[in-house]
Amino acid sequence: MVELTLPKNSQITPGKVWPKPQGAKKLTEFRIYRWNPDDARNPRIDTYYVDREDCGPMVLDGLIWIKNKIDPTLTFRRSCREGVCGSCAMNIGGTNTLACTKGMDEVLVKGVVNVYPLPHMPVVKDLVPDLTNFYAQHASIEPWLQTDTAAPEKEWRQSKDDREKLDGLYECILCACCSTSCPSYWWNGDRYLGPAALLQATRWLKDSRDERTGSRLDYLEDPFRLYRCHTIMNCAQACPKSLNPAKAIAEIKKMMVERQI
Amino acid sequence: MSNTPSSGHAPMRTALGRVRGLGSARSGTDHFFKQRVTGLANLVLMIAFIGIVICLAGASYATTRAILGNPFVAVIMLLTLLSVTTHMRIGMQVVIEDYVHSEALKVLLIVANTFFSIAIALAGAFAVLKISLGG
Repeated sequence: MVELTLPKNSQITPGKVWPKPQGAKKLTEFRIYRWNPDDARNPRIDTYYVDREDCGPMVLDGLIWIKNKIDPTLTFRRSCREGVCGSCAMNIGGTNTLACTKGMDEVLVKGVVNVYPLPHMPVVKDLVPDLTNFYAQHASIEPWLQTDTAAPEKEWRQSKDDREKLDGLYECILCACCSTSCPSYWWNGDRYLGPAALLQATRWLKDSRDERTGSRLDYLEDPFRLYRCHTIMNCAQACPKSLNPAKAIAEIKKMMVERQI
Repeated sequence: MSNTPSSGHAPMRTALGRVRGLGSARSGTDHFFKQRVTGLANLVLMIAFIGIVICLAGASYATTRAILGNPFVAVIMLLTLLSVTTHMRIGMQVVIEDYVHSEALKVLLIVANTFFSIAIALAGAFAVLKISLGG
């Protein structure tokens, strides 16, 4: 059955309150999920105080400041720090988003920045989730151009209108904010492909150059792979790139009906 | 739920192998489409159905038989039963698939759900026909 409570070894316990930096005038409190696979302890919430006059405005700036100045063991992924790579996706102030593009002051809950890993994923350490299954689901929709016609000498041509059909789809950075915000993905993430993989599937279904639309639809024709989407719309709300995976999934369902009627 | 992390003691099967699993069921659209069509039909039929129920409220058995004896009324009642129980069956099946992850229990509940829906539909149809045809 669905798990509504956390297993015993995942239940969160109180953590350490780290001392406030001395001489700081403006502080922001961070409460951060910590879990270390090596110490056999339950996860805990550590409290840190960030000196805002010594730190950039974004949540990621705060996390890097904490790692550099207070606690070097704090573990998280980050790379581009400008919303392009999707590495720093985490649950901030109750919403999945990118730490690098979210300002600390945008996410305060009673003056506190709460940071957790992406929900319902196995945790590798602290804020780092295991996305193996998520990436495999993306690979399974075969996200590359597939053709049987011999490749042209130059490039596969596409009209401007057809190219525009990929807008709102190609921008996805695979940060997993959408899939891990979806209750249906939480309950059936082993069989439901999730909003991110399905948005990518739409991107290739809509590509006028692709010749395998039919077999792509065949792959998705399944009560779990596609039809676990119940239009909950958390995906569209969470997406830090303002894309709408729910709409993309509705497009797939439309194509499914279209080829039967 | 068999959402095993890849780290630690994961099965040796590759992640892609696990995702592809047993392959596509090659179904799903049928239920999706039927659920929308019956939803639309329910909307229309329910208006007529509620109207009939209001007319029958407090009526004597003889009046009830007379109203249900009208073929138009009887057919609306039968169509409502068919549409509502079809919608109910598919909707409940989705809920079971969403929340029940033990394979044996899931199959049992899906079969029970089908039996229940068909039984309700036929019992209702029998009652309508019996009264309508003058039982």
